[in-house]
Amino acid sequence: MNPDYRAPGRTEPGSGVPNEEPDTEPVLVDARGLRCPLPVIRLANASRDQQTGTRVVVWSTDPAARVDIPAWARMRGHAVVSTEELPDDGLAITVELGA
Amino acid sequence: MTDATQALTGYPGHRVHLDNGGRAPWHPQARLAFERAVDEGWADPRRLHAEGRRAAALLDAARESVAASLRVRRDDVHFSPNHTSSLHRAVAAVRAGRSRVGATVVMSTVERAALLAAAETADSSRVPVDIYGRVNPSAMSEAINAGGVALAALQLANAEVGTRQPVAEVYEAAQRASVPLLVDAGASVGHDPIPEAWDLLAADPGDWGGPPGVGVLAVRPRVRVRPPGPQDPDPWFPGTPSVPAAFAAAVSLEAVLADQADQDIRRRGLIDRLRAAVSTIADVEVVGDPVDRLPHVATFSFLYVDGEALLTALDRSGVAVGSGSACTSSSLEPSHVLAAMGVLTHGNVRVALDRSTTAADVERLIEVLPEAVATVRAELGVSGL
Repeated sequence: MNPDYRAPGRTEPGSGVPNEEPDTEPVLVDARGLRCPLPVIRLANASRDQQTGTRVVVWSTDPAARVDIPAWARMRGHAVVSTEELPDDGLAITVELGA
Repeated sequence: MTDATQALTGYPGHRVHLDNGGRAPWHPQARLAFERAVDEGWADPRRLHAEGRRAAALLDAARESVAASLRVRRDDVHFSPNHTSSLHRAVAAVRAGRSRVGATVVMSTVERAALLAAAETADSSRVPVDIYGRVNPSAMSEAINAGGVALAALQLANAEVGTRQPVAEVYEAAQRASVPLLVDAGASVGHDPIPEAWDLLAADPGDWGGPPGVGVLAVRPRVRVRPPGPQDPDPWFPGTPSVPAAFAAAVSLEAVLADQADQDIRRRGLIDRLRAAVSTIADVEVVGDPVDRLPHVATFSFLYVDGEALLTALDRSGVAVGSGSACTSSSLEPSHVLAAMGVLTHGNVRVALDRSTTAADVERLIEVLPEAVATVRAELGVSGL
């Protein structure tokens, strides 16, 4: 894992780039090394009691996560806003929580 | 039954086996036909003595019977060693026969793994499916018309989720483009009507209660084919098939076609009942088309459930089901069908009802399922999610 990796949704401090992302830092769930259905369970735990519009980023190396996290979001009324490959192995999936 | 026997078998009462897709218990007619064919048709059908001729006569009768069931000529029916082999051979023979046109094989993303693997060796074009697992016929038609296409392949219905495919429309498009269509009818024959809309058709006796160790591939004579490989009197499947297996497959196919309409109504009712009951369990996704589907297949996925743990819990209650969850396969990869549909892959349960499955069997699953799901969720510490 590259220590300089930044979860999607963060902006460079003082970069002056117009910020289209929510002001708050996204919640990070590091589920690397966990097998299904644990990444989704960790994600659901981290999303509990969060406000609508909060972004949660999940890091996962489980091949099922690519399908199961969007399926969970659909079932729960949340939205997947991005899916990116992690520098070494796995995916970073960003979910914006619905109502 | 004594207490000691119960301890030996590990469960009281009888087993409920609901994992019948691709390998169902033998149909009573298959067993009778097989035993008769072992007595009369054990010999090598290529030998010239009386025993060999009797075996050859049984094999001919089997071919004739399957041809009548599929409404084709006898010479168009080939017995293969198994369904996988039928699909591999169909792709290879058409590709070799049409190499001047191109090598591309167009197929849906939810075809059987054996078919996806057969087309992996060269260009293949995969057409995506919707959330029910159904391919869009226009998208498939577009791919067929892209040029350089040797073969198009589409299943009649999906074995994992039961959704029927628009084979008639795709066949029309393939005909217009002069591209042959291979139809994998492995999950349908014996359960759902057999259409005329195909150029090559693969059927799987193991799925309808015939014996394992034989497959059926029908090829219309107009298809340009060249089965590759060493010369043999049977260029499609070198060597001779098992005569008892081929004969039992043919006889059981006649039997299942005879009661197909009744079994359709009966099993469709049981699956409707199961889908409705499962929907009442919290956080479940019942997948596949609710109406336009095979009569005997149901699939559902439970959120926050480990598929392997659920299968084990159900098995302990005496109920056997299948699963497409990654947690239940050694490969770590979830079912490519569920993934292509974009539905939950974990906590997946697959059910295929046999003709011998009773309403009481389905009720047993409905009875044990909620507690099994709750137990597995509790083990994972899931509550209030």
